[in-house]
Amino acid sequence: MKLHIHGVHVPNRKNTAELAALRLPIPETVEIPMSMHIGAPAIPVVKPGESVRVGQLIGKAGGFVSAPVYASVSGTVKKIGQQVGSGGRLMQTVVIAADGKQEPDPELKPPKLDTMQDFLDAVRESGMVGLGGAGFPTVVKLTVKNLEQVKAGIINGAECEPYITSDTRTMLDRSDELMEGARLVQHFLQVRRVIFAIEDNKPRCIQLYRKLTKDEDGMEVCALKSLYPQGGEKVLIYNTIGEIVPEGKLPLDVGAVVLNCTTLANIARYCKTGMPLVEKCITVDGSAVAKPKNVIVPIGMKLADVFEQAGGFCAEPKKVLYGGPMMGIAVPDLEQPVLKNTNAILAMTEADAVLPEPSACIRCGRCIRHCPLRLMPSHIVAAYEAGNMERLAELKVNLCMECGCCSFGCPAHRPLVQTNKLAKAKLAVWRKAQSEKLDAKKEAVK
Amino acid sequence: MKLVISASPHISSGATTRKIMGDVLIALCPALIAAIVIFGWRALLVTAVCAAACVFFEWGFEKLCHKPSTVGDLSAVVTGVILAYNLPVSIPLWQAVFGCLVAIVAVKQLFGGIGKNFANPALVGRIVLFLSFSKTMTAWVFPDAVSSATPLAQLAAGQKPELLTLLLGNHGGCIGETCALALLLGGVYLLIRGVITWQTPVCFVGTVFVLSLVLGQDALRQVLSGGLFLGAFFMATDYVTAPQTYWGRALFGIGAGLLTCLIRFYGSYAEGVSFAILFMNILTPYLSRWTQSKPLGGAKA
Repeated sequence: MKLHIHGVHVPNRKNTAELAALRLPIPETVEIPMSMHIGAPAIPVVKPGESVRVGQLIGKAGGFVSAPVYASVSGTVKKIGQQVGSGGRLMQTVVIAADGKQEPDPELKPPKLDTMQDFLDAVRESGMVGLGGAGFPTVVKLTVKNLEQVKAGIINGAECEPYITSDTRTMLDRSDELMEGARLVQHFLQVRRVIFAIEDNKPRCIQLYRKLTKDEDGMEVCALKSLYPQGGEKVLIYNTIGEIVPEGKLPLDVGAVVLNCTTLANIARYCKTGMPLVEKCITVDGSAVAKPKNVIVPIGMKLADVFEQAGGFCAEPKKVLYGGPMMGIAVPDLEQPVLKNTNAILAMTEADAVLPEPSACIRCGRCIRHCPLRLMPSHIVAAYEAGNMERLAELKVNLCMECGCCSFGCPAHRPLVQTNKLAKAKLAVWRKAQSEKLDAKKEAVK
Repeated sequence: MKLVISASPHISSGATTRKIMGDVLIALCPALIAAIVIFGWRALLVTAVCAAACVFFEWGFEKLCHKPSTVGDLSAVVTGVILAYNLPVSIPLWQAVFGCLVAIVAVKQLFGGIGKNFANPALVGRIVLFLSFSKTMTAWVFPDAVSSATPLAQLAAGQKPELLTLLLGNHGGCIGETCALALLLGGVYLLIRGVITWQTPVCFVGTVFVLSLVLGQDALRQVLSGGLFLGAFFMATDYVTAPQTYWGRALFGIGAGLLTCLIRFYGSYAEGVSFAILFMNILTPYLSRWTQSKPLGGAKA
């Protein structure tokens, strides 16, 4: 029986959907973090005073789950610095003073692409990470041991967060690169089906890709209902190929490889030109922004510079986000740089910066009805507050993808997804302690 | 520039407890208008007194306990109006106020205020009044008639009240329970606004209908009589004291329907809606557990 995946109707606010991306002037300096992905941070390979050009390696991957980092401007390395990131951790950064010439590294050339291994090497060298926001190194996702396993390549163009239209612009403005990326995936992963998954609030994109895939074998467009979180990986997989990713398994285990459309377009760009990931199209919007628009900026550009160049503020910003309002991360200051996985920066006025104070839970059950993964947030909160770890395990809080539907719909403004995050961490620690206890017992029996 | 840091999400749907309670009050309006037409202005007076008394007790109790006031969420007003709807129009006002005291202080606030009570406050208020002042609580004064038996009493006596009378509500009964049409209108409003889900009222009314049919009663008249619509749409759907899951709500409705029929047909009271809902209120934590949703892709624990 086909399940209905729940979700919430978030406001659309795609003010910038019709605005092609504008290239902003290169800032005087960029500060590029070595940790813009999930996994080990990259290790700087340049020294202060060294001159660098666009696309030149400045940080090598720090392990398998990691990604190399490249210079986004030409100029001189000012220093190897440190910065507190939005996650609260100290990150190493490379600060480059730009010379404004944007000379590309002369050594850049298109990679050799004969075998699957060549393709994987190319993806690794491109420095690609999940650009939908997750920031997971793409090559890890594509490293498939048994190609027979792959049933469908799903290209994520859902873009279900309010405001953000950078993926929309990729689909409209970079359709050649995106189609080329789709062909690469089809060819190297030997997938029978490539699915462009697009929410139906982007009719132009759906129309365009229906046209572009008409004469392509094994490519199709799947128009999805606009219901947040349609772009969530598990939700997308179920709504396109009807498979549920079981607990503790990966999308690959149900035959799916999901790639964000901008990620794929950038892989195609690297394969064609050899230019790694050094710039991003991001949506600049929010109630404090004077002129919402899409802009192309070098990675490492400070948010303050981006906002200023993009037309400044119309009101004092009180909250600034990386990403959309549903899952975006609030930044501590405007010195934070544009990251690889930044797809939007939003500045909110005072009125939008603070949500109402929580009141008592009225047990209305909206959080349960809204949860796409069919969790029970109100019960999870009760178990968390009671410190009942067995109950948290039973309620499967570990499955929570933190989409925020529960908190969004709560009439009492309870911190539900926020509690889920805490509960997940607490449960993980408890489980580890439990298994250690079990091991110790086994050891004692021996 | 100082920026606010908070965990996502950074927007909300705009739903608030106050808006939900406001919707319930709007949905209760048709029945109030019907009550004024049927029973006269005293219906409005009793309703207003109950609403005011509930708000006063809520405010006063929270003041005494140095707790932040929750009067603004309108839940006390809803309790007051629903309690009034469960009283005969001739009820002495002091008794009505006593019912409000029971509802707000004993049932709601002493258990921790909104969201914490295990039974519907208005319902317990009604039951306490019913058991304490059975004479005034069953004095069905009706403007046109000297005295009028309620439709349920008529049905029990083998009489057949007019269907149209049942729909319009111009017969003996509590203030807000007689006009089935007005209650249905309010119920549909709540369904459209997404304040309640269909499972509770449909299963409740449906169970009473089917059981009446099976047990050889006049099913249609059983459904339209007594406090069934008021109970099914406005009291069994109370968030705090009913399950949060769809299946839980369905079971709640079926159970309440079953008990209502048992009391009506075999019990010593003519009406069983209140006791049926109260019993199901007590079962609610279990219903919630039994109908716990299965997480998508969740492995067996």
